[in-house]
Amino acid sequence: MISPAPEKLPSAEVTLAQLEKGVSPWRDAWHRLRRNRLAVFGGIVLIVLGTLCVIGPWFSPYGYEDTNLDNTFSPPAAAHWLGTDQLGRDLFTRLMYGGRISLMVGLVATFVALTIGVIYGAISGYAGGKLDRVMMRIVDIIYALPFTIFVILLTVMFGRDIKLIFVAIGAVEWLTMARIVRGQIMSIKRMEFIEAARSLGLSRPRIMFRHMIPNILGPIIVYTTLTIPGVMLLEAFLGFLGLGVQPPMSSWGVLIKDGAERMEEYPWLLIFPGVLFSLTLFSLNFLGDGLRDALDVRSAKD
Amino acid sequence: MLRFIARRLLEAIPVLFIIITATFFMVRFVPGGPFDSEKVTTPEIRANLEAYYGLNLPLHQQYTNYLKAVILHGDLGRSTKYASRTVNEIIADKLPASLQLGGLSLLIALVLGLTAGVIAAVKRNTWLDYVGSSVAMIGICVPTFVLGPILVLIFAIHLGWFSASGWYSWQDRILPAVTLGIVYAAGIARLTRGGMLEVLNLDYIRTARAKGASEARVIFKHALRGGLLPVVSYLGPAIAGILTGAFVIETIFQIPGLGREFVNSAFNRDYTLVLGTVILYAVLIIAMNLVVDVVQVWLNPKLKFE
Repeated sequence: MISPAPEKLPSAEVTLAQLEKGVSPWRDAWHRLRRNRLAVFGGIVLIVLGTLCVIGPWFSPYGYEDTNLDNTFSPPAAAHWLGTDQLGRDLFTRLMYGGRISLMVGLVATFVALTIGVIYGAISGYAGGKLDRVMMRIVDIIYALPFTIFVILLTVMFGRDIKLIFVAIGAVEWLTMARIVRGQIMSIKRMEFIEAARSLGLSRPRIMFRHMIPNILGPIIVYTTLTIPGVMLLEAFLGFLGLGVQPPMSSWGVLIKDGAERMEEYPWLLIFPGVLFSLTLFSLNFLGDGLRDALDVRSAKD
Repeated sequence: MLRFIARRLLEAIPVLFIIITATFFMVRFVPGGPFDSEKVTTPEIRANLEAYYGLNLPLHQQYTNYLKAVILHGDLGRSTKYASRTVNEIIADKLPASLQLGGLSLLIALVLGLTAGVIAAVKRNTWLDYVGSSVAMIGICVPTFVLGPILVLIFAIHLGWFSASGWYSWQDRILPAVTLGIVYAAGIARLTRGGMLEVLNLDYIRTARAKGASEARVIFKHALRGGLLPVVSYLGPAIAGILTGAFVIETIFQIPGLGREFVNSAFNRDYTLVLGTVILYAVLIIAMNLVVDVVQVWLNPKLKFE
């Protein structure tokens, strides 16, 4: 009844020249990634959206805070492609500006999480023994805590400074990365090339950053890609609760919140930001999954 | 088993202690106090208010007083916003709605997720599998605060099947619980499928078949048990996610729950209410994690309560 499905082999079209040169693992992964349609789709969508948000506002005839009280709640039309909001502000322009904030939070907070997670995980995995056990127990405990609650507290109590949002979100999202890095470090630390580096008398930080981390870049890249949507989701969650960036600035989460309040009469105010945001999360997840398959990262799924 | 549970309970004590301490000092060191927005006209009134809440005492004394009240009497203090009410009363008032919402969402997540996951694994690489996996991906990527309003738009406003907000009849529970549960249903479906696929090719499944066990028995008795493992370890984070996700759901659907109260209390700088809710959530989450751990060991004796 249930037969094992044949494993799909990566059938690479290899030319003689390539055979002679050999294929680096990165090239190999790139080939596999390009064959994954969903991942390619995700990558293209992200490039288009990113470009649009970064340079789009310069070409828009409207600013993000340009109000026009004669033209409030305009449905999508030639003058305003995606319509206008309660103050007659152009939704398309606001989406592009909001996208800048959302994407920036996604990237910066992920970078914070990445830095903490890699360093913590690497130390824990490399040290091993008692220190490792204690450090991982701490991660387990924090993992189980209502950390979103602390992010909310932080943002409410210390004002809605965007830098704080970066740090607060980054400080929550590093845990999975730490676990993954630790697992990877443990699996390579007994390998010959690390022994060799050690026998050369290299310092520990040098062994760690020059020899170990470059060798576990694959999983790090994959989980970085998969962390970004989580971070953006948390930022939008805060925005939706009214804890995001302050008006007249906005992010996608804030726009979704504003749209949800008026969706009954003016559904486009909810639909466009909602679809755009979901599409971004989709693309990031597809790209992340594609990278995981391409780089063949299997262990330590969260 | 009992020793394992006892050890985990002992471990929870320092964790709770750290949470209480951290939150206590955090809310006190922030700019702005609980009486800033009140109509506190004279310094005398303010001093009286502070004396009433013990806020005029030295900080360490406030801290020990608070700990004493919480530990000895389970008394979380008096709300600084609603002077006539204690935090315990507010929690007793608001928690049931949140628990109902969370419990229903978890139920929906488990039932939908496990069913979809088992079907996808058994019928793998058929259209059922593809449709299921795609829907699961949509479930994971569409945030609750987008899905919720859209469901309201379709099912409440256009079709008129449910009311758009409120928490009165049982129908009012459906939309919020579905909105909150669907993300986790999607996650559970993916994990179940993956876990089942890993197990289905193992020797013990073949043994079960060879012994002549029916297909249903093989799947539900033998394979599902193995397939459940990743799901169970996902439940800890999922429950925490459902509890905090409820903040948004309660806002969208105007549910009188503790989540909305917590966010408001943070805005109002209602020290005692913030502290009380954080402690409560921490206890809830730690307790649920313990349950999850026990179930995990029960499913997989190999773990042996390490």
